[in-house]
Amino acid sequence: MPTSPGLYAATANTIAVGVLLVEFLMLRASLFRAQVRLYAVQSLIVCVLAVVVAATHDLPELYVLAGLSLLLKVIVVPVVVLRLLRDADVEIAGSGVIGVASEVLLAIVVAGFGFFAIGHLHLSSSVLPTAALSVSVAVVLVSFVLMIARSDVVSQAIGFFSLENGVSLASLVVASGLPLILEVAFLFDLLVAVVVFGVLMRVHHGRTDTLSTAGLTKLKG
Amino acid sequence: MTYPMLLLALVPLVTAALCVVVTARVAGALTIASSAISLALAIALVGPASRGPIHLGILRADALSVVFLLATGFLYFTTALYSVGYLKGEAGSPHFHTYARRFHVGINLFAWSMLCAPLMDGLALLWVAIEVTTVISALLVAIEDTDGATEAAWKYVLIASSGLGIALLATIFMYYAGAQRLGSSYDLSFEPLLAAARTLPVAPVRLAFVLAVLGYGTKVGLVPVHTWLPDAHAEAPTPVSAMLSGSLLAVSFYAVIRYYEIAVGALGGQFPQGVLLVFGVASLLLASLYLLGQQDVKRLLAYSSVEHMGILTIGVSFGAPVAAAGVLLHVLAHAAGKGGAFMGAGVMVRAYRTKDLTRIRDGLRVLPWSAPLFLLLIFGLSGFPPSGIFRSEFQIVAGGLANGHHTGAVLLIVLVTVAFIGLAVSTTRMICAPGADDIPAGEPSRWLIAPVLLCLAALILLGVHPPAALSDLLTRAAAQMSGGAA
Repeated sequence: MPTSPGLYAATANTIAVGVLLVEFLMLRASLFRAQVRLYAVQSLIVCVLAVVVAATHDLPELYVLAGLSLLLKVIVVPVVVLRLLRDADVEIAGSGVIGVASEVLLAIVVAGFGFFAIGHLHLSSSVLPTAALSVSVAVVLVSFVLMIARSDVVSQAIGFFSLENGVSLASLVVASGLPLILEVAFLFDLLVAVVVFGVLMRVHHGRTDTLSTAGLTKLKG
Repeated sequence: MTYPMLLLALVPLVTAALCVVVTARVAGALTIASSAISLALAIALVGPASRGPIHLGILRADALSVVFLLATGFLYFTTALYSVGYLKGEAGSPHFHTYARRFHVGINLFAWSMLCAPLMDGLALLWVAIEVTTVISALLVAIEDTDGATEAAWKYVLIASSGLGIALLATIFMYYAGAQRLGSSYDLSFEPLLAAARTLPVAPVRLAFVLAVLGYGTKVGLVPVHTWLPDAHAEAPTPVSAMLSGSLLAVSFYAVIRYYEIAVGALGGQFPQGVLLVFGVASLLLASLYLLGQQDVKRLLAYSSVEHMGILTIGVSFGAPVAAAGVLLHVLAHAAGKGGAFMGAGVMVRAYRTKDLTRIRDGLRVLPWSAPLFLLLIFGLSGFPPSGIFRSEFQIVAGGLANGHHTGAVLLIVLVTVAFIGLAVSTTRMICAPGADDIPAGEPSRWLIAPVLLCLAALILLGVHPPAALSDLLTRAAAQMSGGAA
């Protein structure tokens, strides 16, 4: 007999589903700016969940983590990417290899697969309901759809950053006790990755004068 | 005996910082000095690490990590020598000083990150170090500023980072598994995790292992997540290609072995070995087929790297200590052989101004040293005695047969032979077939020959008579991998 979830579990699940919904919104966002803003919103939701977990489970180091993620993922990364976009002067993402409708359908299938596959493993967590873990894996898989289906460097980079959001969500569920120093190391690494992504996006734009990856077909075989 | 570890984690970093301010000439000399010191430090660790793990704060070295330190240290040293000659050839270009500065800073940082990864105590820090290797090497791939390099760098950073995203998920699940036994405040360091391996819950360890093989496997170059590899290897500057192939892939493989150790403890051998066997056979199969019809000499070597990573993976999947020792010897021999082959190929690419295999002919006349050295290294890499690869593949196959993996062993032999045909036919033509009268004969620089000679010497030494201390180290590390002493 499934029991009805308590208020805390319901809230946590709702927040986690919010992360997934934003991921879906990213799939259909056609303006670069909108996509970056959605990423900021998604990061913010993950931070909120971290604060909720910290407050209810007496895990003070999660406040620090939430603060750092807020600074980095809600402010620094979006600002960096938006500045790059301003310099590049391109507004609209090129259409992907498949239409938006099929993209979303594919993402639903993939997300469902991730959700049920993880649910099947019965990993239980002391701080968050297991459904949140399944949702986080769905987020990771949908971010792959975003990276694969879109053919421009910005969407692909944002796809990778949101993949990292999915992993952060998973780590809140199953690894909320992970020592703070390691979490900070992960975030620092993300920062380095963002810088490198930014440099390479700039190099790409400098050489091809576009943000599209459609021309990147020289190397094969 | 802890200071070599500390110095290894500091010397290349300091050198990179110095390279920002000094001239290209001084930076080259500093890089050689730093790499020689690093290699010496790695050798100094051989003895102590064979006797047991050494700790210093977050640094830890045991027999297994020292094997990978040796591979990186050796390639760091040889590429530092090679870079002197390599940069001479670029000296005329308009932005040479900026290029040389970026190159030296980048290559020292790259070596630093790869030396740090095996020294990290714990799966979390290991992930951090490997992510750092990715971002630094992505910038080095892009350094040539050509269309090809830009494309390769973008593919590389995106695919490898996504792979590492999956590896981070693996890290988190492994933490979850460990936290069930060790409490939530442990930090994923190896020894507690290995000691508790037998009691870890099965489902999360299984999940973590598969995710780790897929995630780190992206950087190892395992099929089907190898797609960045040929592009990045072909478009990067030659010294970077050599380090990517010989050292970066190996360091990522080191991460896979760490997960394997824990998975064998928690799940028994069958499941992890099965997973590795599938990835290994797929890599070996696809790579050997791609080798048959390859037109680009650097891509040829890149696919040969995928092939060798497949051999390593299959070797681990055999589960026999003798095969494990073979795998670790193979890591070293491959570093020497493939590093040297890339450097030799780099000289030819420069002399002929093309990477197209079919347009490189009569190498023996044009490059009387580099061309035959390249050919010898290719035959060494294909497993001809007395190369180290022959010895290591022999051990791997022997271990497989002894442990009853007959199909795996036979597949390995057949596919390695296919790969050999692909490599041998095209490279022999490059060196021996007549043609190309318009190319002036003559070696560009001694700096480009000496490191290749060193690589060949190391490859043969590993085959003919590996030093006793090294054999002890490999035996110890192999015992560790097979679930023996930590």
